[in-house]
Amino acid sequence: MSFWVAVLAAGVVSFLLKFAGYVVPAERLEEPRVRRVTAMLPAALLASLVVLQTFSTGRDLVLDARAAGLVVAVVALVCRAPFIVVVVLAAATAAGLRALGWG
Amino acid sequence: MTADAARSAVVRQGLSVAASTGLYGVSFGALSTTSGLSLWQTCVLSLLLFSGGSQFALIGVLGGGGTAGAAVAASSLLGVRNALYGLQLGPVMRPRGWRRVVVPQLTIDESTAVAVSQSTPPLRRLGFWVTGLGVYGFWNLATLVGALAGNALGDPKRYGLDAAAAASFIALLWPRLRAREPVAIAVVGALVTTLLVPVIPQGLPVVAAAVVGSVVAWCWK
Repeated sequence: MSFWVAVLAAGVVSFLLKFAGYVVPAERLEEPRVRRVTAMLPAALLASLVVLQTFSTGRDLVLDARAAGLVVAVVALVCRAPFIVVVVLAAATAAGLRALGWG
Repeated sequence: MTADAARSAVVRQGLSVAASTGLYGVSFGALSTTSGLSLWQTCVLSLLLFSGGSQFALIGVLGGGGTAGAAVAASSLLGVRNALYGLQLGPVMRPRGWRRVVVPQLTIDESTAVAVSQSTPPLRRLGFWVTGLGVYGFWNLATLVGALAGNALGDPKRYGLDAAAAASFIALLWPRLRAREPVAIAVVGALVTTLLVPVIPQGLPVVAAAVVGSVVAWCWK
């Protein structure tokens, strides 16, 4: 029973949080300085997500096969590889290293 | 690039992000049922909550014997960043009618990341829909498979899917790093995240990175 309460309550709170971001009127976001901030915000968000996905377990910083995957991805990006190739090479690198027993 | 080529590039991006993150639902389904949740509870969680980190946090607390209140609090802290994503996407998506419910529900790390990385508003909307619906489909299907098959398929890490997710985000960030300002803001975002991961609850480092990044952008020059 308490599991159902947790499942439903967490679902409702999650939706309300997602919804809240859309309540701010668009006009508020039209001011030039605010627009500069919203134009730059993705760089901060994406960089943060890269760090979280590559070097964190959520609670701790770690160095594992994902880091090698990221290095390969950057090399592929420098070589102008298409998006899907970058992603597949990174996955193959991490999977290969783990098959060999690291990370 | 022609308009069609640009559109299919966005679709390919969205689908590869959707496949690599959606398949993680297998781990979630397997872990959720071993944590003591029923098949129904597991599937409802993926359909309703639909935010990977928050779902893992919820079943982590419940499986460890925590109260429903503690579980909801942990999962909600992780969801705070989604409010920030809505703020980013609001002016682009301008959801009306039934979209006022569907667009927020599909607002997660991946759909936001693909959307904000595109060069024009129509491509941003396309990126959002392809990625959001793609992840939703894969994630819920994979949750069901994981809950039914248990751990028979093994850890998605074995296939490097976690590295695929990391690579997706760097590939989305890469084209933005052409001028000094976004590079500086990306470096600040990465640093803030690295420093805060061990210190503050999960889900908040990305919010902190966004806040500090915004202050830097606000004060630039």
